[in-house]
Amino acid sequence: MDLNTLWFILIAVLFVGFFILEGFDYGVGILLPFLGKTDDERRMLVNTIGPFWDANEVWLVTAGGAMFAAFPEWYATMFSGFYLALLLMLLALILRGVAFEFRSKDSHPRWRRFWDGAICLGSALPALLWGVAMGNLILGLPIDPAMNYVGTFFSLLRPYALLYGVTSFLGFTLLGALFLCLRTTGDLAERAHLAAERLWMPTVVIVSLVVGFGYFVTGMFARLGVNPGVVPISAGAALLATGWFLRRRFHGWAFAMLSLTVAFTLLTLFIGLYPRVMVSSLNEAWSLTIYNASSSPYTLRVMTIVTLTLLPFVLAYQAWSYWVFRKRIGAGSHLEY
Amino acid sequence: MELTLARMQFAATTVYHFFFVPLTLGLSILVALMETLYVRTGDQTYKRMTVFWGKLFVINFAMGVVTGLVQEFQFGMNWSEYSRFVGDVFGAPLAIEALSAFFLESTFLGIWIFGWDRLSKGMHAAAIWLVAIAANLSALWILIANSFMQEPVGFTLNHGRAEMVDFGALVTNPHIFVQFPHVLTGGMATAAFFVLGISSYHLLRKPPDAPVFLRSFRMAAVCGMIASVLVILVGHSQGQHMVLTQPMKMAAAEALWESQDPASFSLITIGNEPERRDVFAIRLPRLLSVLAYNQLTGEVKGIKNLQAEYEVTFGPGNYVPPVAISYWTFRFMVGAGFLMLLLAGISLAYVLRERLEPAPPFLRLLPLAMALPYVANSSGWLFTEMARQPWIVFGLMRTAEGVSPTVTAGMLWISLTTLTLLYAALMGADVYLLAKFARAGTADAAAA
Repeated sequence: MDLNTLWFILIAVLFVGFFILEGFDYGVGILLPFLGKTDDERRMLVNTIGPFWDANEVWLVTAGGAMFAAFPEWYATMFSGFYLALLLMLLALILRGVAFEFRSKDSHPRWRRFWDGAICLGSALPALLWGVAMGNLILGLPIDPAMNYVGTFFSLLRPYALLYGVTSFLGFTLLGALFLCLRTTGDLAERAHLAAERLWMPTVVIVSLVVGFGYFVTGMFARLGVNPGVVPISAGAALLATGWFLRRRFHGWAFAMLSLTVAFTLLTLFIGLYPRVMVSSLNEAWSLTIYNASSSPYTLRVMTIVTLTLLPFVLAYQAWSYWVFRKRIGAGSHLEY
Repeated sequence: MELTLARMQFAATTVYHFFFVPLTLGLSILVALMETLYVRTGDQTYKRMTVFWGKLFVINFAMGVVTGLVQEFQFGMNWSEYSRFVGDVFGAPLAIEALSAFFLESTFLGIWIFGWDRLSKGMHAAAIWLVAIAANLSALWILIANSFMQEPVGFTLNHGRAEMVDFGALVTNPHIFVQFPHVLTGGMATAAFFVLGISSYHLLRKPPDAPVFLRSFRMAAVCGMIASVLVILVGHSQGQHMVLTQPMKMAAAEALWESQDPASFSLITIGNEPERRDVFAIRLPRLLSVLAYNQLTGEVKGIKNLQAEYEVTFGPGNYVPPVAISYWTFRFMVGAGFLMLLLAGISLAYVLRERLEPAPPFLRLLPLAMALPYVANSSGWLFTEMARQPWIVFGLMRTAEGVSPTVTAGMLWISLTTLTLLYAALMGADVYLLAKFARAGTADAAAA
C-alpha cells in the first residue's frame, strides 16, 4: 500500500472518529429542549457531554489539519468551494461551543433559554450540513481543470444531497438519544429511550431511500453493483441490530451497533470515492485524486511517522477520560456546567 | 476588492482569536502553580485561588477554542491558492498541532473541570499541568507555521509549489527561537497583569477573602516582573534577527527612508508616505545601530534602498509595506511593553517591602493596566504581519497571489459581516461573565 492510500485511510478514520464522537454530542444538543423539561434536567443533559464535547470537536480540527498536510489541494478546493456552507457551520459551532460554557454561569431564565437555543440550533445545523457535504462529495461537483469549484452555494442544495443531510441529522440524533440512555437515570433515561425508539424507524426508512435512489442518481452505487460487498452490508446489518437491541433495552449494544453503522456507512462512501477525493462532474479527468491532490512523498512520510506515534496516545487518554466520567448523571449529581 | 476583504477578515478573526490565546498560555501555568502549591501544602487559600482563577481561565478558554475553529479552516476557505502553494510544508505543523496539543489540552481540561471529586489531588493537579503544557506546545507549532511565512526554510520549489525537504530545518527555523519565547513570555505577562488587575480591585475593598488576593498579587507581581523583562529582552533579539532577515520590516518600523550608518532611532516621525519622506521627525542619533547590532555603528538599510534592491532581485513591483501602520503598531507594542515593565517593577517593589496596603492609587491603576498586554499583543501581530507585506510568504509568494479565486466579494461581505457581528456579541457576553465572576470573589468560586 502506498502512503497516499494510507493517508486516505487515516483521514477516513479521523472522520469516522469525528462522526461518532461529535455525532452523539450533536444529538444530545438537538434533543436538549425536547428531553429536558426543567432547567435542572437541561443542565443534566448538558453535563452528560460536558467533559467530552471539546475533545470530540478536536477530531474535526485534526481531520481538517490532516487534509491540509496530506492533501492540500483537497483542503483548498473543498473549503473554498463549500465557502458559505462552511461559514454557516462555523457560525453554528462557535455559538454552540461557548453556549456549553456560558449557559449555567448566569441564572437569568432568558440567558439560559438563549444559550439552550444556541446549543440546539448549533448542533442541528452541523448535523445536517455534514450529511449534505457527504452527499455532494458522492454526487460529484463542478470542478474545473484548475481544481477550482465553479458552482455556487445553491448548487450544493440538490435533493439527493439534502437527503443525506436528513440522514445524518436523524442518525446523529438517534446516536445522541442512545448515549443519553447510557448516561442518565430515571425519567430522563426513560424519555431518551422513547426518543430513540421513535427515531429508529425513520432512520431506517431514510437510509433505504438514500440507498435506493443512490442506484439511480450516482455512479458510485452503480459501481457497487447488486452485491455491494461486506462493508455496506455490515452497515445495514448494524443499523437493524441497533433496533433489535434497542427494543430489548440493551442500550450499550444499541449504541455500539449504531456507532458501527456510522463507521461502515462512512467507509462505504470513502471506498466509493477511492482513489478520488473530489469527483468532478464536468470531466472525470478533472477529479481530485489521492495522487494529484497529495503532498510530496517526503511530507507524507513525516506525517505518517508523527501520526502513527501520537494517535495511540490520543486514543488511550481519551478512552481514559470516558472511564473517569463513566458514572450516570441524575438528580443529586454534582453539575459543573 | 476580494483581496482587501479577505485580508480584513483574516486580520479581524486572527486578532480577535489572539485576545484569548495569550491569557490561556500564561494563566494555565499560573493556575497549575497555584494548584501545585495547594497539593504540596494543603493550604485552603491556594485551593480557593485555583478555583477562582480557574473559573476565569475556563471562560476565556472557551472563546479561544471556538475562534480557533475559524483559524483552522480559513486558509482553505479564503486563501486556497496559498494553501495549494505551501500546503506541503505549512499543513504539517497545523496537523501536528492538533494531534499533539489540541487533543491533550481539550481532553485534560475536561478532566480538570469535571474531575475535582473523581481524581486524587495529585492527578487533578497533573491534569492542569498537561493543559498548560499542551497550550504552550500548540503555540509552538502554530508559530513554526508562521515562522515559515516570515523566513521560509527546509523547502524546495517543485511542481510550482513549495515542497518540504527537511522537517528538522522547518522546526528549528532560526525565526522560531526568537518568536516563540516572545509569545510565551508575552502570554505570561498578559496573565500576570490580568491577575494583578483583578486582585487589586479586591484588595481595595478589603474583603474577607483578602488573603487569596494578596497571595495572587504577590505571585503575579513576581511572574509579571520576570515576564516583562524577558519579553523585552527577547523582543530585542527578535528585532536584531529582523534587521538581518527582513530588513524592510525594520525600516518600516523606524520610518527609515534612506540607509544610515550609524543609524538613528525615531522618537517621533510624521511622514509623507506616498513621497517617502519625513514631514517632521525627532531622531536619536546612533540608537538604532545600537539596537540592531549592540554597537555604536552599523548600517541599517532604508526603505528606498531596499525597494531598489528588491526590484533587482524580484522584478518590478512595490515592496514597501504600509509604513505608517508598521511604524505606529511597533511603537504601541514597545510602548505598552515598557509601561508594563514599569508597573510590574512597582508591584514587585511593594511585594518585596511587604507594604501593599498603603497604595490605593496604585491599586486603582492596575485594573486599567490590564488593557496594556492586549494592546501590545494585538499591535505586535498587526506589525509583524502588515510589515511583511506585500509578501504572504517572505520572498516566495505575494499576498495577492494567495487569495481564493472562487470566493466572490459578495461571499466575503457575508462572512465578514456575520463573523464580525457574532464576535462582537460574544465579546459582550464574555466580558459580562468575566466581570461578574471576577467581582464575585472567592466566596462564590468556592460554592460554584
